[in-house]
Amino acid sequence: MGVSIKVDKLNAWYGKTQALYDITMEAPANRATAIIGPSGCGKSTFVRCLNRMHETVPDARASGHVEIGSMNVYNGTSAVQIRRHIGMVFQKPNPFPTMTIYDNVAAGLKLNGFHNRARLDEIVERSLKMSALWDEVKDSLRKKSGASLSGGQQQRLCIARALAVEPTVLLMDEPCSALDPISTGKIEELIFQLKEHFTIVIVTHNMQQASRVAEFTGFFLLGRLIEFDKTAKIFTTPSDKRTEDYITGRFG
Amino acid sequence: MESPQPIAKLEVAQDPNGQIAPLANTGTSEIADRFFYVAMLSCGLVILVLVGLIVYELMTKSSLSWHAFGLKFFFRSEWDPVNDQFGALPFVYGTIVSSILALVIAVPLAIGVAVFITEMSPRWLKGPLAFTTELLAAIPSVIYGLWAIFVLVPLLRIYLQPWLAAYFGWTGLFDGPPYGIGMLAAGIILAIMVVPIVSSITREVMTAVPRQQREAVLALGATRWEMIRTGVLRNARAGILGGIILGLGRALGETMAVTMVIGNRPEIAKSLFAPGYTMASVIANEFSEATGDLYLSSLIEVGLALFILTIIVNVLAQILVWTVTRGNPARANA
Amino acid sequence: MPETDIAVLHHSAETISIWRRGVNGLATLAAAASVVLVLAPLIAVFGYLIYKGIGSVNWAFLTQTPKPPGETGGGMANAIAGSAAILFIGSLAGVPLGIGAGVYLAEYGQNRMGNVIRFTADVLNGVPSIIIGIVAYSLVVLTQGHFSAFAGGVALAIMMIPTIARTTEEMLLLVPNAVREAAYGLGVSRWRTTLSITLRTATSGVITGVMLAFARVAGETAPLLFTAFGNQFWNWKLNQPTAALPLQIFSYAISPYDDWHRQAWAGALILIVLIVASVSAVRLVAGRGMLKGTS
Repeated sequence: MGVSIKVDKLNAWYGKTQALYDITMEAPANRATAIIGPSGCGKSTFVRCLNRMHETVPDARASGHVEIGSMNVYNGTSAVQIRRHIGMVFQKPNPFPTMTIYDNVAAGLKLNGFHNRARLDEIVERSLKMSALWDEVKDSLRKKSGASLSGGQQQRLCIARALAVEPTVLLMDEPCSALDPISTGKIEELIFQLKEHFTIVIVTHNMQQASRVAEFTGFFLLGRLIEFDKTAKIFTTPSDKRTEDYITGRFG
Repeated sequence: MESPQPIAKLEVAQDPNGQIAPLANTGTSEIADRFFYVAMLSCGLVILVLVGLIVYELMTKSSLSWHAFGLKFFFRSEWDPVNDQFGALPFVYGTIVSSILALVIAVPLAIGVAVFITEMSPRWLKGPLAFTTELLAAIPSVIYGLWAIFVLVPLLRIYLQPWLAAYFGWTGLFDGPPYGIGMLAAGIILAIMVVPIVSSITREVMTAVPRQQREAVLALGATRWEMIRTGVLRNARAGILGGIILGLGRALGETMAVTMVIGNRPEIAKSLFAPGYTMASVIANEFSEATGDLYLSSLIEVGLALFILTIIVNVLAQILVWTVTRGNPARANA
Repeated sequence: MPETDIAVLHHSAETISIWRRGVNGLATLAAAASVVLVLAPLIAVFGYLIYKGIGSVNWAFLTQTPKPPGETGGGMANAIAGSAAILFIGSLAGVPLGIGAGVYLAEYGQNRMGNVIRFTADVLNGVPSIIIGIVAYSLVVLTQGHFSAFAGGVALAIMMIPTIARTTEEMLLLVPNAVREAAYGLGVSRWRTTLSITLRTATSGVITGVMLAFARVAGETAPLLFTAFGNQFWNWKLNQPTAALPLQIFSYAISPYDDWHRQAWAGALILIVLIVASVSAVRLVAGRGMLKGTS
């Protein structure tokens, strides 16, 4: 079952430039929350702060309070441990190029020291089924490399890889922006199904996508969270004028 | 096109205890990360240590002759191990003359080859030509020397040198008996060895010139050569100069091939037919037989001078090449 | 305009263009001529190596040690074995240290220290190999009191480290950052990511770099002149003067004996075959693309 994500006064910097200002919100459990906003508004930065990926950029730092279920992300636990419980899918599919499909899915487990063959087989199959890729690759799991799949398949492979470590939360940073419409549709269908078991935060620049898959939406502008509410409300009767301007396409 | 398929029914398997499963007990990796960083840093520091060692050893082991002769060491011509009199001028002279001669021969050829490969050659020929010029760089110096002794030198002695003496003897550069062995042979074999370096850098900087520059010149009605001259070579000037200086650096330090054909006589002569000696050659020839501390120290001092000379030249070249190619890792030292 | 003026204009336009076309053709000729002039020695060198050497490369040559000067026959078996030993010793230190330095430069070296090391590596790459020989002599031979294969190995290692470091760095930087991020996102530690993901992805490129460095030092003579020093006999101890193929070629070439000259060609042929084989193998491997998957 998923857990909720509570964010309280999250600030983030790249060197001296501040990118996020006092973000406070809660993404409810087993729901999808969309993060929308114009380019450069900080939506990717925000999501990457949730699993402390933000820190991998030199000179980047963040402060504030983030709770994922009962896990306190910024209380001094090592980032590496935190990330093992959070799944992340990136904008451009990035399977490991030298590994087979099987090894790609199992990577999160094997590289963290888990080697039980029988369980791995089980988990790989389960993850691939969950990401709707199993039927397409089940005969060439160990023969084909992750990079030899099509774009949409690669992204589903990355989703399977993220799911294999059994996270409670799935973070998706514009997962469909590099994909064709049919693959996009498949992944959106997937999100619907995954919601049952995970809490999903999805960054998207596509407002229609937000309204299709997410129950809640947060609108970011220039590093601040302008409005956070049920998706339906954001897209029909937004409270803030800036939200309304973005929704209606006056900028963005 | 992927055929639409129904998404599989989802089942999230849970551990009997409902816990997050396989990775529950993996620890933090901070110590391992730190250790790894230190290990890699140490490998990098080894490089600094090595250069430091080189400088240290060269300086300490040459201090004897430095104190004996001072800076005048490089302006004296007397090289007399028997009487402990050492002067490095002939070697400095030989190094500079042979290197410059090599460049005079090599640079036009190298640029010509580079121009041909990048701008004139049919597409299918480019790869093989580039590969073969780089093959020249893979041949070890001693094999060039071997070939030079038994093939180049007789060619010089029998054909080229008499011809040069006959038609260009008035310059004073081609006096004396045509032994074959000597400064000319050294210059030619060095030129062959330096061509691949200058050529490959020239090619690299020429390819870096954007296509718009070429097209702009062509659009003005220029012939292909005019386009190459004004649209490409002019823009790549700094980089080509860098390549030439890099070639100079290689020529200055080249040892084996030169030793085998230069004659190894510490003399300064105007004629290119005369035997000579270079800094690298005297070390190669006399180091293992150097009896006496002053002798050895003098040789090492020659080595120190060569070291400093090549560093200055190479750094200059790197800076020039870097300004054009913007810091690509150096592949110049083929 | 009067007709004569136009005619003059057209005429002068034609002559200029004939001159320019002529220069253009000449330039093409000159460039093609340079190619011929540059390829000629290459063909000549290989040609002579094969012509003069092939007859002498036989089983005896590959298995026997040199005979005393003046006698015909004998071989370079000890030199080939000696080279192998010296190269092995050199690689033992040179390859891991070089790769490690390259990893540092690529993964941790985007800062002042990294730039210093990078610059110094390029400087070290440009130092004449005879100087490296002097330093290895000073560090090892003087300390131990004798020439040795070990000293030769040290000299070669010093040459291999900066070369391998820079090529390794280049190859690692080619690995897209997205691949590293994928690993971080899974909670893989930094060291594990660098080894199992980044280095693994760049493996064939790194091996290419190592083999190129190896081929380069395999043909080096100068740094061995007063470290390994050479030996006319078998030597199985790493602490004694040892024969090496390039050294043997050199001393035979400058000797006054015809039979030794013949053997120098044979040795040179063997050396060049080994080097060209590694360089070509490297090209084939590199051509297949280092970042593609196993399919």
